[in-house]
Amino acid sequence: MEKKVINFGYSVTRDRQIDFDANNRDICKIVAAAEPTINLCISCGTCTATCSAALFTDFSLRQIILLVRRGETKGLEKEISKCMLCGKCQLVCPRNVSTRNLVIQISKAITTARS
Amino acid sequence: MGKHVVVIGAGPAGLETSASLAKIGFNVTLVEKEETTGGHLKKWHALFPVLLSGHEALETIQKGLSSAVKIQTSTKITGLEEVNDYFTVTGHNGWQAKADAIVLTTGFQLFDARRKEEYGYGIYENVITSADLEELLASGKPLVNRHGNKPERIGFVHCVGSRDEKVNNLHCSKVCCITAVKQAIEVKQMLPEAEVFCFYMDLRMFGRHYEELYKEAQEKYNIQFIRGRLSESTEDQDGNIIVKVEDTLLGKPLRIKTGLLVLMVGMEPTAKTKSLVKKLGLQQVSDGFIQPVDEVLRSNCTEIPGVFVAGTCSGPKSVADTLADARSAALAVADFLKK
Repeated sequence: MEKKVINFGYSVTRDRQIDFDANNRDICKIVAAAEPTINLCISCGTCTATCSAALFTDFSLRQIILLVRRGETKGLEKEISKCMLCGKCQLVCPRNVSTRNLVIQISKAITTARS
Repeated sequence: MGKHVVVIGAGPAGLETSASLAKIGFNVTLVEKEETTGGHLKKWHALFPVLLSGHEALETIQKGLSSAVKIQTSTKITGLEEVNDYFTVTGHNGWQAKADAIVLTTGFQLFDARRKEEYGYGIYENVITSADLEELLASGKPLVNRHGNKPERIGFVHCVGSRDEKVNNLHCSKVCCITAVKQAIEVKQMLPEAEVFCFYMDLRMFGRHYEELYKEAQEKYNIQFIRGRLSESTEDQDGNIIVKVEDTLLGKPLRIKTGLLVLMVGMEPTAKTKSLVKKLGLQQVSDGFIQPVDEVLRSNCTEIPGVFVAGTCSGPKSVADTLADARSAALAVADFLKK
């Protein structure tokens, strides 16, 4: 017999809190091993300010770096593909973060984790 | 010269002021309420940004004292009066002295973290203060939390009792940001496997080599900085401390479990400073620290000729700044007394 779930018209909203303990931060570890300068980012936003992709879309490298560090990697694959690897961000970074390689390493780690 | 200066408070500021005054040629009496000299520095393990041992620093400062400095310990000041062209200083034990000038070096007191009740100090065993951690590091004991376990995760909370109008402290205590970075590195050196987090509003790395130490903390020790102020902490069944902040750079609330939470307590003027200020009729800044007559040009002078200030009684300072301020105060006294 098929069970029927009554639709009351309500749903449970998942909270938007970053649950640091529950999140999987392996991607961050893999990226940091390949490109340790990820740890030097101070979220100043200069990369995003100079970014051509950020000018026309809501792409933000500053935010992507933070999301990786917090283990909030859902939907990141599509987001990171907006980067055209022009490398302008690397020229302006005050902490000498190797941003271009960082984007490559994040893409790689996400693809590896998926497969 | 034969002139006599009374210096009140024998922490780093009082010790250095006295030593400098004696070198210039004055007779000095250094009065201290406690049994020994050294103030807060006695309990401090290491000083930023070079991890100089607090014990060594104090020894070096004390070596500067000569026989021209008389040390009067275990004496609480009860009377301070201006009589014609000199001052009478009286202690609770009947000690009395005539002084041609007075230097107030009454220092600071640490913010009582229990006043930020929502942070859990005095309620949860694994919430400690930066001063507690410093004592623990100085003791040479292994770094374990109050349950005897090596914490896997340690959090540092910046600005506890500073920049917070809820506890009536608008001021920045200046030294806590860099102290948190220093302590985070020390903790990571002791427990390389642990994850260390700093929760901050702003990072004020203004001093020489502070920024370098901050970068080293990220580069060499992988200490993570999360921009967000702690709203409250709670305890789980195992005695871990659950921290809730907003990750303001992502715009989302964040929840994280720590085995040990360290509150970076700020500096406040002491009750003694407040009472001496009242006795003398001196001006105070609204935050309770002593207001010099001019903060830029005459930072050691008060509006009463012959009464000077040095060190943290006029506002938060590092040990390095305190020592420089103390030497500067000695010159201001000399300038006054030669007239």
